Amino acid sequence: MSLFQKIAFRGGVHLPEEKDGTNGLPTQTCPLPGKVVIPLSQHTGAICEPLVKSGDLVKKGQKIGEGKSFITSTVHASISGKVVDISPQPHPSGNNVPAITIESDGKDEWADGIAGTGDYLYIDPEKLRAIVLNAGIVGLGGAQFPTHVKLSPPKDKKIEYVILNGAECEPFITSDHRLMVEKPSEIIEGLKIIMKALSVRKAFIGIEKNKPDAISILKSQISNLKSQNMDIEVAPLDIKYPQGAEKQLIKSIVNREIPSGGLPMDVGVVVNNVGTAHAIYNAARHGRPLIERVVTVTGSGVKEPKNLLARIGTSLDFMIQNCGGFAGEPEKVIVGGPMMGTAQHTLKVPVIKGTSAILVFSKGSARADSDYLACIRCGRCIDSCPMGITPNLYGIYYERGMVDAAHSWNLMDCIECGICSYTCPAHRPLVQFIRGLKSEIHKKKKKA
Amino acid sequence: MEKDKEPMLFLLTPSPHIRAEESVRGLMFSVIFALVPTALAGMYFFGVQAISTIAVATASSMLFESLYFRLTAGSAGRGPQSLGDGSAAVTGLLLGLNLPPGFPWWGTVIGSFVAIILVKHLFGGLGYNIFNPALAARVFLLISWPVQMTAFPKPSPMFGNVDAVTEATPLTAVKMLLLSHGSVKPVDSVTSNLNLFDLLIGNRGGSIGEVSALMLLLGGAYLIYRRTISWHIPLSFICTVGAFSSIFYLLDPAKAASPVFHLLNGGLFLGAFFMATDYVTSPINKRGMLIFGAGCGFLTAIIRQYGSYPEGVSFAILLMNMAMPLIDKYLSPRRFGG
Repeated sequence: MSLFQKIAFRGGVHLPEEKDGTNGLPTQTCPLPGKVVIPLSQHTGAICEPLVKSGDLVKKGQKIGEGKSFITSTVHASISGKVVDISPQPHPSGNNVPAITIESDGKDEWADGIAGTGDYLYIDPEKLRAIVLNAGIVGLGGAQFPTHVKLSPPKDKKIEYVILNGAECEPFITSDHRLMVEKPSEIIEGLKIIMKALSVRKAFIGIEKNKPDAISILKSQISNLKSQNMDIEVAPLDIKYPQGAEKQLIKSIVNREIPSGGLPMDVGVVVNNVGTAHAIYNAARHGRPLIERVVTVTGSGVKEPKNLLARIGTSLDFMIQNCGGFAGEPEKVIVGGPMMGTAQHTLKVPVIKGTSAILVFSKGSARADSDYLACIRCGRCIDSCPMGITPNLYGIYYERGMVDAAHSWNLMDCIECGICSYTCPAHRPLVQFIRGLKSEIHKKKKKA
Repeated sequence: MEKDKEPMLFLLTPSPHIRAEESVRGLMFSVIFALVPTALAGMYFFGVQAISTIAVATASSMLFESLYFRLTAGSAGRGPQSLGDGSAAVTGLLLGLNLPPGFPWWGTVIGSFVAIILVKHLFGGLGYNIFNPALAARVFLLISWPVQMTAFPKPSPMFGNVDAVTEATPLTAVKMLLLSHGSVKPVDSVTSNLNLFDLLIGNRGGSIGEVSALMLLLGGAYLIYRRTISWHIPLSFICTVGAFSSIFYLLDPAKAASPVFHLLNGGLFLGAFFMATDYVTSPINKRGMLIFGAGCGFLTAIIRQYGSYPEGVSFAILLMNMAMPLIDKYLSPRRFGG
């Protein structure tokens, strides 16, 4: 335990945690929605092609979309019913994305052929990757990177450690916390499956110390592993944002730094979210694809904050209604956390695989984006930047259109954690400036 | 199934959706608050003259700032600006504290003009100026009106008759001895009149805001505690002055005043805590701050010992202001994974 208190990543900030509203509330199952909207892109990589057409009858767990490249995933019907529409629909990203709309028949019937195996720890790795792909499993922490890709490291990358990410460092969110408290053995079995697939002996479960119940429950569940030639350790982590960012998490736990532009596998590590491990277990053990997840619905604008187990495709509107509706007049609705989440313009947006939380700020409690001043070089953004780069400079370069200069000052290392904007006393929207510069750099690369 | 409702309008702003409490205005006001004890000490020792100089400097700085905003309102590339950010008030207050009590009011107004218009706004305004505005104005005045800028009245606590007598500051006395006798041996005649307590509380001749080491320490400690400034620049500045004045003293005690004398005299504390730490004109990285402070300290000690001016704090800081971009360039933070 003491080991993890000594290692720390540079920078970071202490944010107000705001988790008290929901961290003690057991997960409730959200009632079945009348319809779901399943976007064909809920993952990094190629968008899925629909496998059904309007008018088709589908059942829960039926694959209704799949992609055609290596980095892609699959999507499934999360309820049984009838496909009524395939067209671009509002997506949490803010864009309209092709989606399959299914109207419920109220029966909630599983598709045929949903079957798992009791011998899940001994599935051939190649077969397991197919199971993970066909179950539509992607990173549930928010990045939505296809998990089967993470389980297929190139031959030359030796993987030494698997890390499960249960840090949940963003304020307000408690969905992973509840999952760890309520489904600890499933998470650990899922982790074992990952370890077997990668032939790794040693794994860590990183959890911020503000979740002592999750830490102790997971610890108590780890036993009899020596006989299976496995070693799993729970790593309590300092409460510091962005502790759950992949690079910072790896640094905190195994004291390795992913080189610029690199991946965890470059330092011999594979990181998965605790929810992802849980989904892998469900797919391998029970043959169930990823059709539901825990979502924290909270914030000053929600009457009864809850952790809801919701079907993928459930609208924000339905979710909020099942939390007693709005408290007062809502001003801002966010999918994700307050640091990296996306503000929404409509409640038609569905819960997708990476949706960990829905935050509603009532009038007056949202950060108003006021005017900003010139950079006064106070250095707060630099002191707290977990990547050791220079956000203040990027802001100035953005204002002057100096894209190449920003690029040469390591702009592309930015993980967009939001700390620079958070700390800036001149209220400069630094992350926005950085995103602008990044897109300019991408444009230039395309031209070249 | 779901009834059509009035479309709700939500605020759409990019992440992050929360923000720390801090603002430029808040930071500036904490600097002003930290300077209150120092200003009060100056007023206590130099009475009405101190009060009027501080008032004229602050008011005229704010006036020039608002005039400039009025003249440039609406021009391209200008963000929203107002007196409300507090930066002009800080500059004015610092200028006032950097002047001798009884400095002519018109000179103070010229100083404000130089600080706000020439040094700050003509170089781009808040965030872009190369030199510390208050210090550059002080040096401008020192070069232009050397007599008035070095006429330091004897302190007269509690509103005594301040302008009756002027006296050389201890640093000036030492410099004159060095220049005339080539030795500070008779320095005892200077230092014997000084006791440590007087130096600490500020019962000595000097600029309004530089005399009370104790009050400056109090304000500086407050700023460091509040994390408005970091300790790096003040500590390395003061320690370097201490180190080099010790070296000079040990090399030849006949030609140098003691390190304690150097630490407690002149504008070292005012410079180290309030002038060299100006965000805009000092390095942004911690390692750079240490270099910057050490450079200020080294130049101060050199100028005091070998220069033709008795005091070198202002020159030292302005010279290091020029070195700041270079320091920032070569001492950038260590990049993750790099």
